[in-house]
Amino acid sequence: MSPVRALRDPFHHRSRVEALRQQVGEMATSLARPVTLMEVCGTHTHAIAAAGLRHLLPANVRLVAGPGCPVCVTPVDYLDHALALAAQPDVTLCTFGDLMRVPASRRDSLERASARGADIRVVYSARDALQVARTRPQRKVVFLAVGFETTMPTVAAALAEAEALGLANFMILSGSKVIEPPLRALAADPDLHLDGFLLPGHVSVIVGADFYDFLRRDCRVAAAIVGFAPVDILRGVAELLRQISEGRPQVRNLYARVVTAAGNRTARAMLHEFFEPTDTNWRGLGRIASSGLRLRPRWKHRDATSLPVELPAPLEPRGCRCGDVLRGAIAPPACPLFARGCDPEHPIGACMVSSEGSCAAWYRHERHAAGAGA
Amino acid sequence: MCLALPMHLTARREFEGDAELGGVRRTISLLLCPEANVGDHVLVHAGYAIARIDRAEAEATLALLDATLGVDPDVVPEPAHGAQARRP
Repeated sequence: MSPVRALRDPFHHRSRVEALRQQVGEMATSLARPVTLMEVCGTHTHAIAAAGLRHLLPANVRLVAGPGCPVCVTPVDYLDHALALAAQPDVTLCTFGDLMRVPASRRDSLERASARGADIRVVYSARDALQVARTRPQRKVVFLAVGFETTMPTVAAALAEAEALGLANFMILSGSKVIEPPLRALAADPDLHLDGFLLPGHVSVIVGADFYDFLRRDCRVAAAIVGFAPVDILRGVAELLRQISEGRPQVRNLYARVVTAAGNRTARAMLHEFFEPTDTNWRGLGRIASSGLRLRPRWKHRDATSLPVELPAPLEPRGCRCGDVLRGAIAPPACPLFARGCDPEHPIGACMVSSEGSCAAWYRHERHAAGAGA
Repeated sequence: MCLALPMHLTARREFEGDAELGGVRRTISLLLCPEANVGDHVLVHAGYAIARIDRAEAEATLALLDATLGVDPDVVPEPAHGAQARRP
């Protein structure tokens, strides 16, 4: 067995999954009332759907998906801005593949712009975008920097390399988000009644376990940092049920093989060097203070918002309830467009595009298992 | 999109490294994880190592879990919810 599989497989082990499922079932019988837990991270949403974990849980433990799919929470106006840049004759856009099919205003998308002849490249890493800038010095190469605390240090590292190389034609359009403000907003949302969070494992690698102390202190919700294998996720659910039963919310780190108390200081220093907090729009959650990151003024020459373009008034798709899905207020099938005009082949809302989007994950993995309502 | 994969670091050149997963090799950046050494397992996100994986911690987690739940990892239950068990 390869060394990497030897590390991964034990966390998928069927005996452990079954024992944890039984443990969760037993713990659920002593709950005083039904509880609602939220997995915040889109990668968790995808992992939970792919393993069918939602249907292994007892009926009084509801697990809802949160706003942690970066593509899904990217608002229409960001995509409109990217499209306006793509229309410039001297601009090459570089983007993660997820963003290509996300609907902008008037059902336009990067994919459609690319078909019209715009110079748009799908990249795997911010470093690949840097490479495009190196090989095409006559083009302005703009990287669409969409992501949370996990991804933004990689963008900062690419910017540091661009500075070191004196690469003047590398720029970014920041659409980045940070996780604390929405966690606070969701914990306080009276419609949701959240009892606990499964915290995003890879954001936690960067910010560290101690970062979440505000949840215990200010929000009084149960919380556990968990990895992405079925054993990790079920351990997290059991831990949240324990905290809820005992009435003692805390933040438990159950992903200690990669998450430390202090997190990745090198990555945070790099992030801090290039970025500062700013108010930003979230699809579904609206404008949240200090929930985004923008380039610091001294890096203005790297900021694609300084390029002059005309921006149309943003237009949200009609009938789409991505917003309510992202808040965990409704499950995807409750949206009138779900599988009735909106599907992964022809997405209308952002949540149907990314494999991490709640609607796409539900459509692919849970539609038939769950029946209509759920 | 916060997907990150464990990879095995097989070579290092200053702030770049070669990493391997299931026969696939990639050049990755070590700018965000300068403490990584050849032989380490690192967590890779979008072309950058973002953490070393603590293998001893992973083993301790599993040992504690098995002790708490009474799981024998050598016994694998049948798919129908563990009615029968067999030795692999």
